[in-house]
Amino acid sequence: MNTQGDYQTKNTLETFGFIPKLTAEEVQKQIAYMIANGWSPAIEHEHPSNSMDHYWTMWKLPFFGETNMANVLAELEACRRSYPDHHVRLIGYDAYTQSQPVCFVVYEG
Amino acid sequence: MSNTYQAGVKEYRDKYWTPDYVPLDTDLLACFKVIGQSGVPREEVAAAVAAESSTGTWSTVWSEYLTDLEFYKGRAYRIEDVPGDPDAFYTFIAYPLDLFEEGSVVNVLTSLVGNVFGFKALRSLRLEDLRFPIAYIKTCGGPPAGIQLERDRLNKYGRPLLGCTIKPKLGLSAKNYGRAVYECLRGGLDLTKDDENINSQPFMRWRDRWDFVAEAIDKAERETGERKGHYLNVTAATPEEMYKRAEYAKELNMPIIMHDFLTGGFTANTGLANWCRENGILLHIHRAMHAVIDRNPHHGIHFRVLAKCLRLSGGDQLHTGTVVGKLEGDRNSTLGFVDQLRESFVPEDRSRGVFFDQDWGSMPGVFAVASGGIHVWHMPALVTIFGDDSCLQFGGGTQGHPWGNAAGACANRVALEASVKARNEGREIEKEARDILTEAAKHSPELAIAMDTWKEIVFEFDTVDKLDVQ
Repeated sequence: MNTQGDYQTKNTLETFGFIPKLTAEEVQKQIAYMIANGWSPAIEHEHPSNSMDHYWTMWKLPFFGETNMANVLAELEACRRSYPDHHVRLIGYDAYTQSQPVCFVVYEG
Repeated sequence: MSNTYQAGVKEYRDKYWTPDYVPLDTDLLACFKVIGQSGVPREEVAAAVAAESSTGTWSTVWSEYLTDLEFYKGRAYRIEDVPGDPDAFYTFIAYPLDLFEEGSVVNVLTSLVGNVFGFKALRSLRLEDLRFPIAYIKTCGGPPAGIQLERDRLNKYGRPLLGCTIKPKLGLSAKNYGRAVYECLRGGLDLTKDDENINSQPFMRWRDRWDFVAEAIDKAERETGERKGHYLNVTAATPEEMYKRAEYAKELNMPIIMHDFLTGGFTANTGLANWCRENGILLHIHRAMHAVIDRNPHHGIHFRVLAKCLRLSGGDQLHTGTVVGKLEGDRNSTLGFVDQLRESFVPEDRSRGVFFDQDWGSMPGVFAVASGGIHVWHMPALVTIFGDDSCLQFGGGTQGHPWGNAAGACANRVALEASVKARNEGREIEKEARDILTEAAKHSPELAIAMDTWKEIVFEFDTVDKLDVQ
């Protein structure tokens, strides 16, 4: 009997698309990491049909200077409630490099 | 020195050994490791290197008096012992900015590593480091895109890029090659790569490879929802042929192409980098022939110099070795030149082989590429050593998976993401490698099998080119 697996292609939404969705506690650790590095938390959402677009819709403005993890988690929840059928991603934005040292989808629509 | 012309041979040190000289901010500075012929004083050897790599020749000539050689000459301004090596010494040489054509690493290298390396008064000579003045750096084009723009174009954030070189290196037909690319990309890699010696051989001509690889990329993007690419190797026998291949890659909307900067040469590389900037295509740089030039600790050019020259000439990714894989590479030395590729300022740090402060100004950064004999067990160490602004490439470590390329790619992606997640959580991932990978493998049979396949493969040989520290 051939014991090889049948590897099915997955739709994976970039970083952290290959590990199990992060739990609330694990998301908190990632928020703590970005805050400790001085990066600004930001939230974006988009309908799955547009997931490959560079620009997703911003959920409010980036939370510049936010240092309270609970506030960021509450915003993620609020975004999720408002757009239950959208992907919701969390970003840690670095103004020095103008890049995103943290970026992953927290909820899939 | 007399102002009247007298034919004859003078000692180099009369003119080129200037221990009181304070280098200018605009000077190009070099550090050479030298072993002179026995009996020749260090100052004379150092001065000879300065002379022969700048304005001097073996005999005095009358036409020297038509110009102001005090303005143009290179100056040996310092000599230092090499730790642990009584035969060799370092000499530091300052070259005035006007000795070099703007924007031409070709011209810089032709002067600095030209005839002087065959000079009989020297037993061996090695260019250890260069300090390019910011005034010179501003004349060079540099990376076509740079790290930030490459991330934005490819939509890859918060982790190293993941790639692999398609194997076997030689002999696949274009369609079979495209199959191997597609399998890697659908399985979770971001990028795949032509092996450096794949150009346009009888078994697979370049245009056919481009066509099948383009289809593989398009299909993998559609199916995974992620952005993908393949380094199409445009290295060719002539610049005309190189540009023809690059143009067709552009026609197919390919995001990235590839060049071998040492075998192809700096002229070709700088031209191609300019073309890539003009046409919005990324440039991956391979470094075939580098070990011929940089591995002997007493003669040649250290790779940190070649890496600096490449950043000036242009490239968005450059191979740097892996530290942990099958190819030579000392950890501190590697970190030293990885900094030169990516940072905007790198301070002198002898513990990393960095002899000068180097200000890169606004020049974009280059991704460090780690490739060669690495597999999933190395992942936590690679993430620790190279950080996020790197491209980790697993050739055999992807395509040698018992279930094939796609499962191998998936295993690497799982290991990478588990390592990044754990690092962000504050864990010491190099020490906790086994726990982190074992935990991740519970959710990924592909990773579990990869870990079992490569559990005993290590490459533990001593480094030949060690840093000069006691």
